[in-house]
Amino acid sequence: MRQTAAEVMNVTDASQTDSRQSPGAIPPPSYRTMVWHHFRKNRLAVAGLWATVALVAVALLAPLLANDRPLVARLDGRWSLPLLAPAAAEANRDWHDLRRPGGFPWQTGFGRGGDFALWPPVPFSPTEYDLLQSLSPPTRIHWFGTDDRGRDVLSRMIHGARISLSVGFVAVGLALMIGICSGALAGYFGGWVDQVISRVIEIILTIPTFFLIIAIIAFLPPSIYNIMAVIGLTGWTGVARFVRAEFLKLKQVDFVMASRALGASHGRIIFLHMLPNAMAPVLVSAVFGIAGAILTESSLSFLGFGVPPPTPSWGDILSQSRDYIEFAWWLTSFPGLAIFLSITAYNLVGEGLRDAMDPKLFQ
Amino acid sequence: MSAYLIKRLLQIIPTLVGITFVTFLIIQLAPGNPALVKLQMAGEGGEMADSAYTRQIIDQTRKLYGLDKPLPIQYLLWVKRVMTFDFGTSYKDHRPVLDKIAERLPITLQINIISIFLVYLIAIPFGIYSATHPESFWDRLLTLGFFFLYSLPSFWVAVLLIMFLGGGDFWDVFPVYGVSSIGAETWPWWAWLPDRLWHLVLPVACLTYGGLAYLSRLARAELLEVIREDYVRTARSKGLSERVVIFKHALRNGLLPIVTLLAFLLPAMFGGSVIIESIFSIPGMGQLGFEAVLSRDYPVIMAITTISALLTLIGLLLSDILYALLDPRIKLE
Repeated sequence: MRQTAAEVMNVTDASQTDSRQSPGAIPPPSYRTMVWHHFRKNRLAVAGLWATVALVAVALLAPLLANDRPLVARLDGRWSLPLLAPAAAEANRDWHDLRRPGGFPWQTGFGRGGDFALWPPVPFSPTEYDLLQSLSPPTRIHWFGTDDRGRDVLSRMIHGARISLSVGFVAVGLALMIGICSGALAGYFGGWVDQVISRVIEIILTIPTFFLIIAIIAFLPPSIYNIMAVIGLTGWTGVARFVRAEFLKLKQVDFVMASRALGASHGRIIFLHMLPNAMAPVLVSAVFGIAGAILTESSLSFLGFGVPPPTPSWGDILSQSRDYIEFAWWLTSFPGLAIFLSITAYNLVGEGLRDAMDPKLFQ
Repeated sequence: MSAYLIKRLLQIIPTLVGITFVTFLIIQLAPGNPALVKLQMAGEGGEMADSAYTRQIIDQTRKLYGLDKPLPIQYLLWVKRVMTFDFGTSYKDHRPVLDKIAERLPITLQINIISIFLVYLIAIPFGIYSATHPESFWDRLLTLGFFFLYSLPSFWVAVLLIMFLGGGDFWDVFPVYGVSSIGAETWPWWAWLPDRLWHLVLPVACLTYGGLAYLSRLARAELLEVIREDYVRTARSKGLSERVVIFKHALRNGLLPIVTLLAFLLPAMFGGSVIIESIFSIPGMGQLGFEAVLSRDYPVIMAITTISALLTLIGLLLSDILYALLDPRIKLE
């Protein structure tokens, strides 16, 4: 770490002297470039970043990766994209005749008269059940085994990624909005505004958050939006404290004084001048916040307070596994591993960003 | 010091009011609140109102919290309940809520105190090692190892431990149900104690490992900062041994913030207890809360939320006072 710090110092020193000596030469690297430069040297953080990108890709492409409809089909001489077609099209012909047992891409089915269906890598939908295949350990057909209703675990996990990530992103987005606004107001205005907001933060800190979340979820009708809202509404205190601390520091800085002297409005100073300079800690806590929200969502689903069935989620598969805990290791291991890996990935990115943004490295 | 104390104590009042306010908001979500019932009946086609049980709960809740009265009166009624610790009786077995909590609290405290003690016992020595050997191979390995532990969801670890160590098709090493064997109450203490500890191994392990990363990192960071201070350099330059410098001079200041962290651990620990106690069937506060939520036993839910918030507030206060006592430089801005 120290070496990298020294290297960057050399880089900045060199470029600064350069620009001083010859106008028009390479400008000194921006803050963003320097953070990225540091971040890239942290191999674990970069691996975490790739993992998060892969996770988002899986979530976005879930219907293409796991589905009970072919990607491309040719039926009675006509080509079609069943994936995009509404369910009505399915009434004409059962594609399942064209699904052969076997791994990707061998399950591709050929029927009579040139009929053909190319299936997604996992040719099962997350809710498609087959009681004859229930609780099957991993096989060539069901790579991660099946649950007690014979649903494909891998397919449920791929679609479960959507739940985890959307809860993570929306809850953290909400927490950021509340946290940034309240922290900025508290730090900028100080005085009684600060007192009120700090008390509110203290109140939320005293209430056991996780129990509060379960209690509220139990009071409300089950829905993914309630989960997002409750996680967001209870998770903003950390962001608010960071932003408040940054604003307290920034308030004394010359450029803020200058814009105030120029008569800029409070809103303009807060959002245009100060906030961009306070974003570094916000970004770090947002990344950690996503990891936390994924954990909370999966804990809720595990306890049975998650998204209502039959929507698949990682925590829900894990909670099913408790009924077959003597033998069904695939129901326990795979979804747990998915939760662990995604939390680790976000935490690694968060750590990497925090280290890269450490102002001590830039001095 | 006394000025600080008075000011800090005065700050409690708005927080207390805030706690009653937040808990009051939760009651407003309860069915029985006329507005919400109307809303749900409209939204779910009267599904909620159909079952006789739900109707009974709604009636009880309305009577208990006076939900048919105007809002300000409702709030005052709730504040009165909190101030007199009158949380009513459980819907389930009609026993006073406070009795039920008093019955369950010792087990939760037992587990959490052992677990906090272990976190400190393990994390601080490792933190000290990391701070005295910064960027060494072991420092990096410890940091990375604790980091992965920190990212492991405790409920997953609990299920894995039960699966692989608690019978089933794999090893059968630890009991996974309750805190004692059946009939253990009649055993003499030298038989009871090992049995109890044997039952606590898995749940305590699940509650402990996650805290290691945070605490050891904090200890490392604080200690590293202190080690750079002038007085530590002075201690070194006057020829004191490294051991004395670290353990006698640096550690006293470096570990100050860690002592006060205790109060913050409490609410997090309770959240962990809810999950771990319900997985291992431990009859503690967490399981009580979890069961109350499942059966919509509102008096129990409200009592647990309020009481744990009050306990945490006391913890925060104690840690602030402790900090001020240990570090005379602290003054309230």
